[in-house]
Amino acid sequence: MVNLTINNQKVTVEDGITIMEAARRNNIHIPSLCYLQGIHQAGACRICVVEVEGAKNLQASCITQVAEGMVVHTNTERVRRARKMLYELMLSDHSQDCLTCSRNLSCEFQALGKLLGVDDTRFEGERSPFQVDASVSVTRDMTKCILCRRCVTVCNEIQGVGAMSPQNRGFKTEIGPAMKLPLGKVNCALCGQCTIVCPVGALNETDSTRDVWEALSDPRKFTVVQVAPAVRVALGEEFGLPAGSRVTGKLAAALRRLGFKRVFDTNFAADLTIMEEVTEFLTRARDALTGKGAVLPMITSCSPGWIKFIEHNFYELLNHLSTCKSPHCMLGALVKSFYAESINVKPENIYTVSVMPCTAKKFEIEREEMVNNGNKNVDAVITTRELAQMIKTAGIDFLTLPDEEFDNPLGLSTGAADIFGLTGGVMEAALRTAYELVTGREIPFDGLHVTPIVGLEQIKTATIKFIDVLPEYSFMEGLELKVAVTSGLAGARMLMEQLAKGESPYHFIEVMGCPGGCMMGGGQPRSSDPDVREKRMSGLYSEDESKQYRKSHENPYIKLLYEKYLGEPNGPKSHELLHTHYVPRGKFNELTTEDFVIEIDESTKRRVARATRQEAKVPALVKAEPETVSARILELEAENRKLKSELQDTQETVEIMKLVLSKYSKQG
Amino acid sequence: MTAETAKEALSLEEKERAYAQIANVIDLYRRKEDSLVQILHLAQEIYGHLPLELQQFISREMNIPLSQVSGVVSFYSFFSTVPRGRHTIRVCLGTACYVRGGKKIVEYLQDKLQVELGGTTDDGSFTFEVARCIGACGLAPAFMIDDTVYKQVNVNKLDKILGQYY
Ligand code: SF4
Ligand code: SF4
Ligand code: SF4
Ligand code: FES
Ligand code: FES
Repeated sequence: MVNLTINNQKVTVEDGITIMEAARRNNIHIPSLCYLQGIHQAGACRICVVEVEGAKNLQASCITQVAEGMVVHTNTERVRRARKMLYELMLSDHSQDCLTCSRNLSCEFQALGKLLGVDDTRFEGERSPFQVDASVSVTRDMTKCILCRRCVTVCNEIQGVGAMSPQNRGFKTEIGPAMKLPLGKVNCALCGQCTIVCPVGALNETDSTRDVWEALSDPRKFTVVQVAPAVRVALGEEFGLPAGSRVTGKLAAALRRLGFKRVFDTNFAADLTIMEEVTEFLTRARDALTGKGAVLPMITSCSPGWIKFIEHNFYELLNHLSTCKSPHCMLGALVKSFYAESINVKPENIYTVSVMPCTAKKFEIEREEMVNNGNKNVDAVITTRELAQMIKTAGIDFLTLPDEEFDNPLGLSTGAADIFGLTGGVMEAALRTAYELVTGREIPFDGLHVTPIVGLEQIKTATIKFIDVLPEYSFMEGLELKVAVTSGLAGARMLMEQLAKGESPYHFIEVMGCPGGCMMGGGQPRSSDPDVREKRMSGLYSEDESKQYRKSHENPYIKLLYEKYLGEPNGPKSHELLHTHYVPRGKFNELTTEDFVIEIDESTKRRVARATRQEAKVPALVKAEPETVSARILELEAENRKLKSELQDTQETVEIMKLVLSKYSKQG
Repeated sequence: MTAETAKEALSLEEKERAYAQIANVIDLYRRKEDSLVQILHLAQEIYGHLPLELQQFISREMNIPLSQVSGVVSFYSFFSTVPRGRHTIRVCLGTACYVRGGKKIVEYLQDKLQVELGGTTDDGSFTFEVARCIGACGLAPAFMIDDTVYKQVNVNKLDKILGQYY
């Protein structure tokens, strides 16, 4: 413990904490700007300076540790003057477009100005000449950047991508990709994690509400909306509810009032994904176990930020990815085929919108693979934040809305679908179905929760043993299925490096691009609640537990869909509509001509069409299928079994021969 | 300066040799902390400048994100990402030249050569810089091409002067 004095108050705190933390624990608030608890403590802005007796200069309290006998003053004239001056300097190089800025009234820089009582702009300086850079997912407006570098920390350290870093120096410093390259042309995963931490309007999702409003007011368009699981436990925060509040019913009601003709649930497609993915996995496992050879581990494919990451960084491992499209693209494809036929509307006249916790989904729908019969699976993606904005613009009083249901048949879902929104959820949902398909019994975990993969750790693993399996799955008998779950791209990188070295012991891996999973996605509300992850997580688990059906294969409409339309999981129809393939892009995007930059026409504020992928001058790729431990073990086991049965055959033959011989010898 | 001039014209073979040399340098320094600046220095020495492609090579070899490599390259003014032109133009913007129209000359040249300050023309002819007083204040405005000082210039004379250097 350390004793010190803050503003004449004697306090005792534990060793090793900063002055700012010590002050907060004693109810003294020191203003800050760049500081982000536990994530970014770099002392970049110096707004948090305090006077420490005996030190010549003011100290940044967010990085200075407490020391025995320290005497600190957080609110002297000198400190106040310094903070104001720093603020005004930052302001002098800031666009100050508050009235038309997306962060107006939710801006940390604005709030700080008010807190400090800044009432003057003494420095009218030259403004840095930066331009707006828009990718399909994330838009950078560096005229608003205050150089706090939170995004740099998140992108480099938490996501391990490193798409953005400080460039140049001094007045010309800009946070961005190398050599002024646009974000849509580099290895950015478009995950949007940087947009969550940016305190100002410099990093945002690329707006799609304009397109959606237009479709809604176009009488020729049949508008269909769907909502991802994670949205229902976060949207409420934008309307003042605590994190994790479940607002599923109000969400459906709000979408109907916005004018969508059908309100479907991405959850339905999550159940469908489980059917397709589990079938794919069992096929791969069968091939591996019966010695036919198959690529294992299989890795989940529903997180488009993760997909872009692996396409850039580990493209030689693409054949490990499940070929399943992500749930919302599956649903979009079904709406424009199965559902269009059943209500007799031309698919060209249907406009599909997905409400997603994710910015990377905006990229995903621009992929050329997400098109069937010339129609995009999904026409527009809006984030949870964008939906909240639309609800407010429409004058809908969200909190007093009644609870309504999604439309059927593409609106009914099981609890397994709800947990797609959090790390470990897809794996748990898959295991619930796979275990029951193979053994005919429920997975033996309390409340169906596969406890070793529940929680917020970076990498979680579990082993599930298959015994007493049904006859048609005899190849699974005795298998100890090893699974791994990770969220956040830094964790994914670790698992992929292990795989690339041929040391991966797993059969099945779940990866979600954002730390914590979709519930912490780059399109979710920016939260100041330190427990937001736990709260959203428990929201999703209780949504799961509240459902009549908890396992995807029990969804009655899913069964009907296979009966009436798709045939069987992984059948030809499924392959056409629900599966996809991937594109090697290379670390520097050098393997394809495709980019995800969009130009915005200044006068009309409309998007200029994006260039499509060209026949690549791609160097021929060696499709090496790295041998992995898990696949090797499976093969060896299969070989073993083959040898054993051969041995048995031989022994039998020998016995027969012996019999025959003894007969002959008796006969003499 | 001349050693670094027009490296763009490197033959494929020379390029490969330069890259191999740089790979060696990286090998040598890899395990040392904070060796990036050192390595970039030597790479520029070998290759002449640090174009995007070479930065990508270094990023890949050292397993450091490209944006961080380029962050360091753009931080230090002694790194250049473009090869120097065959000639260097330095327009004086010292006080005397400034008040007598040095800025006009800068604007004119920028427009004519389509080049930013500090940049090099697309055809590799000129690198364009400004200077603070080159000691010809009495005959301002002045500018230099390589080692030759041109005094009392005006926009009309410029084309003719430049013409001698193509
Ligand atoms: S970022 Fe904040 S201060 Fe800057 S223009 Fe937007 S709202 Fe105003
Ligand atoms: S979107 Fe993700 S990968 Fe891209 S710059 Fe932001 S944090 Fe980095
Ligand atoms: S873009 Fe945003 S998060 Fe990044 S440095 Fe600028 S203000 Fe900070
Ligand atoms: S908050 Fe401490 S330096 Fe920015
Ligand atoms: S100011 Fe131009 S030569 Fe001195």
